Amino acid sequence: MPESFARFRRSHEFWLLMVIAALVVFLSIATDSFLTFQNLFDLLTSYAFLGILAAGLLVVLISGGIDISFTATASIAQYVTMLLANRYGLDWFTVFALATTVGIACGAINAVLVDRLNISSIIVTIATLNIFFGLLVFVTGGKYIYSLPDWFSKGIYWFEYIDANEISYGINLQILALVVMFALTWLILNRTNIGRQIYALGGNREAAQRLGFNVFRLNLLVYCYMGLTAGVASLTQAQLAQSVAPTVLVGKELDVLAAVVLGGASLMGGVGTVLGTILGLTLLAVMQNGLILMGVSSYWSQFFVGAVILISVSATALSSRRKRKGAMTA
Amino acid sequence: MASFLELTNISKRFGGVQALADVSLTLEAGEVHCLVGENGSGKSTLIKIISGVQAPESGGHIVIEGREYAHLTPVESTRCGIQVIYQDLSLFPNLTVAENIAVGQHLGGFHGVNWDQIRQVAKKAMERIGVSLDLDAKVSDLSIANRQLVAICRAMAADAKLVIMDEPTASLTRHEVDSLLSLVRDLKRKNICIVFVSHRLDEVLEVAERVTVLRDGKKVGTFDASEMNNRKLGVLMTGKEFHYALSETDLSAQETVLSVRNLGRSGDYAGINLDVRAGEIVGITGLLGSGRTELALSLFGMNPPETGEIRLRGKALALKSNREAIDHGIAYVSEDRLTMGLVLEQPISSNAIVTILDKLARRFNLIPADERSETVDRWVKDLSIKVSNTENPVKTLSGGNQQRVVLAKWMATSPQLLILDSPTVGVDISAKDGIYEIVRGLAAKGVAVILISDEIPEVLYHSHRILIMRNGKITGEFDAHKSSEDELRVAVNA
Repeated sequence: MPESFARFRRSHEFWLLMVIAALVVFLSIATDSFLTFQNLFDLLTSYAFLGILAAGLLVVLISGGIDISFTATASIAQYVTMLLANRYGLDWFTVFALATTVGIACGAINAVLVDRLNISSIIVTIATLNIFFGLLVFVTGGKYIYSLPDWFSKGIYWFEYIDANEISYGINLQILALVVMFALTWLILNRTNIGRQIYALGGNREAAQRLGFNVFRLNLLVYCYMGLTAGVASLTQAQLAQSVAPTVLVGKELDVLAAVVLGGASLMGGVGTVLGTILGLTLLAVMQNGLILMGVSSYWSQFFVGAVILISVSATALSSRRKRKGAMTA
Repeated sequence: MASFLELTNISKRFGGVQALADVSLTLEAGEVHCLVGENGSGKSTLIKIISGVQAPESGGHIVIEGREYAHLTPVESTRCGIQVIYQDLSLFPNLTVAENIAVGQHLGGFHGVNWDQIRQVAKKAMERIGVSLDLDAKVSDLSIANRQLVAICRAMAADAKLVIMDEPTASLTRHEVDSLLSLVRDLKRKNICIVFVSHRLDEVLEVAERVTVLRDGKKVGTFDASEMNNRKLGVLMTGKEFHYALSETDLSAQETVLSVRNLGRSGDYAGINLDVRAGEIVGITGLLGSGRTELALSLFGMNPPETGEIRLRGKALALKSNREAIDHGIAYVSEDRLTMGLVLEQPISSNAIVTILDKLARRFNLIPADERSETVDRWVKDLSIKVSNTENPVKTLSGGNQQRVVLAKWMATSPQLLILDSPTVGVDISAKDGIYEIVRGLAAKGVAVILISDEIPEVLYHSHRILIMRNGKITGEFDAHKSSEDELRVAVNA
């Protein structure tokens, strides 16, 4: 398919891939530790939390909305689930059902507020971020949960492999959840009519309404899906951290937003792909990891992340402007 | 032949406003029917009732192909084969051509997407009207004319039997309008009924068989298009007789305000010679891309010329910015300035003086309140803007009066030269007439006016002299009193 390849070469994803490739080559040469199986495995495991959330946020951005509150949602889901798991001795299935239910409930609150109040979603979700988080900290007194059920602490390790240095690798909970959530998001967005309605809604809300798409139901679905991903992500994070802290997740929302925006999603809605988001997340992860491996202060890390976002977004804006100019003179 | 759609005694009231009163309308299969009326005449309400977006009051009947409905829902309306193509086309710029055309496939309960089927549906719809577009192109990359084709294909994909087009020609060039009209004739041959809603009466008459005129929510009547002309329709729509055409005046004694010699800018225009006397209205027309707007922008200091000279009352000008042009007494009112040149939430008074803030400003840049209100009152009176209070927000004014405020804003700079670029796009007849009247009044006071427009009747009836531009050159000059619309049309399209 030469034509579809030509299309891909002009896409945002292609350029991201090139930048990531260049960065990987550079880091592999500049450091000994970057291109090791252990480093890449750890990277994947530790960025799963952001990645799962990015999948949810991508869907919200495509619909033309935004959600800032998902870290608070994840904190609540995590805390409630682990509290009950300790008290009643729940199993894997119940734990996931519980966390996602809490997440979906918080998402539903966002959706109802956004739709019924007709206020921009950024305002609503900044408010709910504070409300959710404030309530959680008040009720829990900010206390950590240090002991998790044994089976949860152990996690899962499929296809375990132990290398010469006695470090074990395998499909762990984080990687499994990340892959499943990206695949699910891709399926919804590209293979269901609801996914296409979400794209349409983000592209032209009024036209979607005229066609008879149920905008409220779509919003409900989108914000609940964001909540669901927050629930799943919160468990992978709790399992990795081996503890639950009500205050550590809030503040990560801009990292997630950065990954999705780097991946080409537009805050104006209608634009964004799962592949782009994966690449955006990869770029973020490789960049932050590379800076640490090269011994750069973590303060600089934030500086570089900011700069790369700015460059990436301006490049996209410039190229689309050039394209529009080209179309006008043609 | 049975009618496709019959509306009887349709009424609709919004709050205290009677949007539609006892309107009856019959649409036949395979006819091209035009619906005309000024803003607020009830056209859009009628369309919304036909498309099921709004329900009529009880007492009305809707009969579609023999089946009676008290009112329609959007889904029923679509199922009956009614498709509305809105002025904004209702397309999704982020999606491909194929998906936009076959977007109806995404309706209904949760189900999978069959991309092959979507392409098939889109392809078939395009074949039905004989167009070919790249199925995988994004709609945002298409020209306006092609986007319109996508919207029409979408109606075809939905098996439309009645296609209602709302202002379909508003943003098309003449050439594109012609291909649209020929497409409409094609649809008609396929026994599809087309309802055209348009402000551009000459286009309406070119293609329609019958014309229904609405005024103040009531139906004035349905007429044979062959018996109608531009002027008659204007009278029916407004209930007023308009006197067009300027009286012949001898301006040779007047001072030349603007004198342009051999002006050129590569890629835009070349060898432009142009004189405008005080009190003279010079019309400039030509196809989109003929260089007329670029020339106007150059005269306004925003698109500096590369060769030639511009003289204003004999003095050579080298304008570097529009600020300098304004200081020299040049005003430029463009199409988007009329619609977007106002801060709608702000008071009328603030809008009217925004161009002369620095002239009003005294010590510490403060503006004396009495001088401010004096200036505002003078322009409100001179331009007969109907206001109860000049401190009300501009958005409380009617469209026509808003346009007067824009003119007031520029008149406040006391210009010697006024350039109007497509000043009446999307404006209805009465409001248009108001603008013409003001422009004529200004000319009578000695302002030199350049009137740029797409619409040949507009330049013909409201200018003393008409210049034709093509490919960046002035290719013809016509005396308004000795020329006809047809002559000009030939010259423009030559």
